[in-house]
Amino acid sequence: MKLSAYISGIGALGPGLVNWQETAAVLSGRVAYSPAPTILPTPALLPPAERRRTGRVVKLALAVALEASSRANVNPPSLASVFSSSGGDGDNCHELCQALALEHREVSPTRFANSVHNAAAGYWSIATGAKLESNVLCAFDASFGAGLLEAMTQVAVDGKSLLLVAYDTEYPEPIHAKRPVPDAFGVALVLTPQKGPGSLALIDVTLGHDPVDTMSNSLLESLRLSIPAARCLPLLRQLARNEAGPTVLDYLDVSRLVMNVEPCV
Amino acid sequence: MRPVLLESFTATSCIGLGLEQTFESLLAQRSGLKSCEFETVDIDTHIGEVPGVDAVRLPEELARFDCRNNRLAELALQQDGFLEAVQRAARRWNRKRIGVFIGTSTAGILQTELAYRERDQVSGALPASFEYGATHNSFSVADYLRQRLQLEGPAVVVSCACASSAKVFGSARRMLEAGIIDAALVGGVDSLCLTTLYGFHSLQLSSPLPCRPFDLARDGISIGEAAAFALLERPSQNLDGDAILLLGVGESSDAYHMSAPHPEGHGARRAMQAALRAADLDASAIDYINLHGTATPSNDRSESQAVTSVFGATTPGSSTKGATGHTLGAAGALEAVICAIALRHGLMPGGVHTTHVDPTLTAHYLRENRRSPIAHVLSNSFGFGGTNCSLIFGRPG
Repeated sequence: MKLSAYISGIGALGPGLVNWQETAAVLSGRVAYSPAPTILPTPALLPPAERRRTGRVVKLALAVALEASSRANVNPPSLASVFSSSGGDGDNCHELCQALALEHREVSPTRFANSVHNAAAGYWSIATGAKLESNVLCAFDASFGAGLLEAMTQVAVDGKSLLLVAYDTEYPEPIHAKRPVPDAFGVALVLTPQKGPGSLALIDVTLGHDPVDTMSNSLLESLRLSIPAARCLPLLRQLARNEAGPTVLDYLDVSRLVMNVEPCV
Repeated sequence: MRPVLLESFTATSCIGLGLEQTFESLLAQRSGLKSCEFETVDIDTHIGEVPGVDAVRLPEELARFDCRNNRLAELALQQDGFLEAVQRAARRWNRKRIGVFIGTSTAGILQTELAYRERDQVSGALPASFEYGATHNSFSVADYLRQRLQLEGPAVVVSCACASSAKVFGSARRMLEAGIIDAALVGGVDSLCLTTLYGFHSLQLSSPLPCRPFDLARDGISIGEAAAFALLERPSQNLDGDAILLLGVGESSDAYHMSAPHPEGHGARRAMQAALRAADLDASAIDYINLHGTATPSNDRSESQAVTSVFGATTPGSSTKGATGHTLGAAGALEAVICAIALRHGLMPGGVHTTHVDPTLTAHYLRENRRSPIAHVLSNSFGFGGTNCSLIFGRPG
C-alpha cells in the first residue's frame, strides 16, 4: 500500500527561519539564507503560569503547530497528532541530572512533570482542547522520518486528519559535547486524507534505498544534517517551489523515505 | 480494525522472568515489591526490582548499548524462546518488513545520572565512556533490539509517559494494516533510575508502603521495572483456538493537566469507548479489565468513574501493579502480556495488597483470583500529559 496524504498547512521555525513563509522564500531561492540563532516566540496559547514553566522545546513545538493549523485554517481539536523529537527538553534534562548528582537530590516536581517526552503534546492538547489521539515518538536521527511514516499511516489507514510536529532543540553542556545539536528547528504539517479547498500538495511515501536528496546551499545542507527535524528540508524545498516529482528523505541507516509530491495548484 | 495475532509474547518483571514465573506469581497472588535499596537511593518507598539485571551481558559487538535498560531488554528476550521466535519470523518474512515499536519513558537515563557524578572537575565534561545515543536517548532501546535481532523495517520508540507501550500496539497494527510490514516486534522496556524515583517522590505520588490500588488507604505508587514483548502478525485463516488476538486499540487525550488525570475520567472513558468501537464489541462482551490502577488517590478515582460510566459496576477488574509495581513506560506491554496470560489460563488475577476497597470507587474491584473462561479483556494505560490508551485482547471466534 502506498501511503498518501494531502498537505494543507505548514509551519516552520529554525535558525534564520522565522516562519513557513520566510522559509519558503529561502528554499525557493528568492531570498538568500542567512543563519541566525532561532528565536522562539512565547507561547501565547498557554495561560501565563504555564508559559513560565515551559522550556524551549515546548515553545518550539507549539509555535510550528499553531502556524501549520492556522495556515490550514483548521480547528486544532479536529486533528489527531503525531509529535516526534530526537531528544526532548535538553535544559530540563540537564537540570534534573545536575540536581540528582548533588548530595541532597532535590528534584523540582514541575521539572519532573515536564521531563516526559510527551510534554509538548500535552501542553498542545491542554492549550487547544485537542482530545483526539496523540502519539509521541523518538527515533534519534531518524525522528522526522519516523514521525512522517506514523502520520501518513494514520491518515491512510484510519482516515484521520492530523497534525505532524517534528522538533529538536539543543542540549546545554555537558551533554551538548556528546550530542551537538546546534540550535532549535521545528516543522509542522497538517495532513488530511481528502483534498480540501486549502490543500497545497498530495504527497505519498514508500520505504526504499535510493540516495538521499541533499541541499545545494551548503548552509542549508549543514542545517539538514545537524538537526534531525531538518531532515525534512528537501521535502519543504519542493513544497516551497510548488514542484512536482520525487524526493528522497533520510530515515534509518538501512532505509529511506521515497516520496512523491504532486502540487494541488 | 482488523484483528492482529500475538504470535509470541513474553514478560519479565519483579514477579517473574518469563511467562511461567509470571503466571505462578499471579496464581499465588505474590507481590514482587520490596523496600527500596536501589543504587544510592535514600527514599522511604517500595520498588519492583527485577533480580539479576546487573549480571546480564550484552553481545560484545553491541557493547556501546550497555546500560540497565538494555540489559533488562536482553534479559527479557532470553525468556520463553522469544528471541528464537523473532529469528524464525525474520526467516519467514523479509527482515526489511519487520518493524520495531518499543515504549519507554526513561530509556537508559540512569547512565547519564551516573555520568553526572563523574564530570571532569575542571572542564565539567562527562566521562569519555558515556554513550548518549546508545543509552540515554529514548530510541536506544529500539535501536538495540533491531540491531540485536537484525531487523531492518521501520523502527521507533513511543514515549508517551505511562501509556507508551500500550500505544506501540496501535502504531504496529496500523503499519500491518497498511501492508508496510508483515510482522512487528512490539513491547515496553523501562528500568529503575533516580529520575523517576526522586521525581515521583517530589510530586508526593509514591507510597512508603507497597502500593494499594483502589484501597481506601491508597497513598501512591510503587515504581517497578519491566520488559515485555510481543511479536505481532496478521492472523492466518486457520487460527489455533488458543491464539491470542489484539482486537481493539483506543486512544485519547485529556486536554486537562500535565500530571493529573481528568477528575471524572473523561479522557479514559473516550479511550475505552474507542477501543470497543475498534473491536466492534459491546461493553458487556468484556469479561475482565486490567486497570491502570496506579494507587494514587486521584488516578484510581478518575479511572473508577470512567470504567463505571462505560461498563457499569459489575465487570470485574483489578490492577496488577500491587504485584509488579508501576513499570511506567513498560506498563502497557507488561499488562498486555498479563491479559494474554489471563485469556490463556482463564485467570482474572486478584489485586494484591489491597485490603479495604474504597467504597466510593464504584468499579468492581477483584481482590481474589477468579478462574473462569475469558473471551475478552481490556487493559488501560494512562500517562502524564493526559495521554490515554485502552487495548482489547481476545481469542478467536
